[in-house]
Amino acid sequence: MDDSLRGAAAIVGIGELKPERTRPGRDAMSLLAEAAYLAIQDAGLTKRDIDGLIMEPELAVGGGGGFNAKMAEYMGIYPTWATGCDAQGAAGVAMALQAAAYVQAGLATYVLCGMGAAIDTGGRRRPAAPARTETATTEFSVPFGPTVAANGWYAMIAKRYEALYGTTVEKRAKICVDLRYNANHNPMAIWHDTPITVDDVVKSRIVADPLHLLECVMPCAGGCAFIVTRADIARGMRHKPAYILGGGLGILRGNLTHVGEITICPVGGAARQAFRMARVSPADVQVKEIYDSFTITVMCELEESGFCNKGEAGDWVQEHDLTFKGDHPLNTHGGQLSYGQASTAGGCAQVTEAVRQIRREAGEHQVPGPTDVVYVTGSGGAFSQQAAMVLGSEAAL
Amino acid sequence: MSEGPEYRKPLPTPSAVSQPFWDAAREHRLVYQRCRVCGTRVFYPRDICPGPDCFGIGTLEWVESTGKGWVYAHTISYQPAHPAFADDVPYVLAIIELDEGWRMNSNVINIDPQDVKIGMRVEVVWDDVTPEFSLPKFQPAKS
Repeated sequence: MDDSLRGAAAIVGIGELKPERTRPGRDAMSLLAEAAYLAIQDAGLTKRDIDGLIMEPELAVGGGGGFNAKMAEYMGIYPTWATGCDAQGAAGVAMALQAAAYVQAGLATYVLCGMGAAIDTGGRRRPAAPARTETATTEFSVPFGPTVAANGWYAMIAKRYEALYGTTVEKRAKICVDLRYNANHNPMAIWHDTPITVDDVVKSRIVADPLHLLECVMPCAGGCAFIVTRADIARGMRHKPAYILGGGLGILRGNLTHVGEITICPVGGAARQAFRMARVSPADVQVKEIYDSFTITVMCELEESGFCNKGEAGDWVQEHDLTFKGDHPLNTHGGQLSYGQASTAGGCAQVTEAVRQIRREAGEHQVPGPTDVVYVTGSGGAFSQQAAMVLGSEAAL
Repeated sequence: MSEGPEYRKPLPTPSAVSQPFWDAAREHRLVYQRCRVCGTRVFYPRDICPGPDCFGIGTLEWVESTGKGWVYAHTISYQPAHPAFADDVPYVLAIIELDEGWRMNSNVINIDPQDVKIGMRVEVVWDDVTPEFSLPKFQPAKS
């Protein structure tokens, strides 16, 4: 034994809401609370057992801070330790690691982590991107044309990647098609009933060159939560524990524009720390849940995580079957591209899916082969911050 | 190409630290900051130095750029994220690397968007959008 987090804590309860285009009348607090209640019940716990909270501050309703306290009161849960986790799309993975550290340190015993995202369109089209220009970075980007969500930034990454490494939309589309196959076997996925082909992806309209519509996540409403506790307690609980074996979070920049080579994503350092702590290598990973905001995100993360060399992900995804039945199962729930992205809860759903695969409770989309070592990533900003985590079954300890 | 009072796109909201950039822009001078202690070139404007080994506070000085550089990365935007850009699509969003070694966001104009290539030499061209603001945009270099 060492003093790292390896095997110190486990995820013992999960809860999530099916992503939907709109959830009329529901705000982020209520969606987060519903997912949290599901997670607590899944763990076989009561609200009174929860003594640690890690909530997503981005969703603060009404501003003014204090989101943990507001969520605690809203749910009727009164912890003795609480913090936020401002890691954007990496928050799901980062919260799990943070919670593991807290329970190992004795700050809390059962930590509830979660996030929710509301979209109530009221039948209207989604509003235009905010045109605020008062921060140091929006001041020097928005006047030249605000991008729809992160589309413009990731398109610039993808176009530069094409110029440096020569990949094509046809190659990237393989990721969309395999993930959609997974979604077609997951009733919780928003695109459960709609298969796609490479041709569908290639013929979908270009949002921001070179990214096509079907290469981009679709914003959804939803919520996702999980419970972390100490490993010795986890063993006596109702589900097979998903042990946290290692992790890290890397930051390379705060905005895409100013620092470093933009086709390099920050997961590399996080992955090396995660694998070292977990005492496994990329070759030992049996299931990958790789944050997929866009096709290009997956490709760069595969490379930086060490599954293939830089510039080779386009070919790598052609050579492997990424479906849950394949030789390299990836985003077995459908990924955010086909399961749905409820803001930061989309990254959280990659964590809960990993837990489901380790428990072997994924139903129709359960990976048939071993699922004892699962690699999960989260990604925030435009290649700003990314987290990596290795989860494992009892057999992997 | 001033659009005068009709200009409806988002304008910068300068801060005390960025105001000198926009003051220079109004005079069609492209400026960036350089640390007088460690030499780091800095953009967007700050009052502390982000140089890896530097703790400079108030050490950044405004320097004029040649306005020449190259297209580091770009995309052609087909979907306007703000209604005021609806008539502009498709337009080029780009990260320009200036020859002094700093980068900024801008548009590449006066060229068919399909002809913009990474590595292409560009030079600044000023878009006087309002009496207060001139936006630095880039076009293919003439020389």
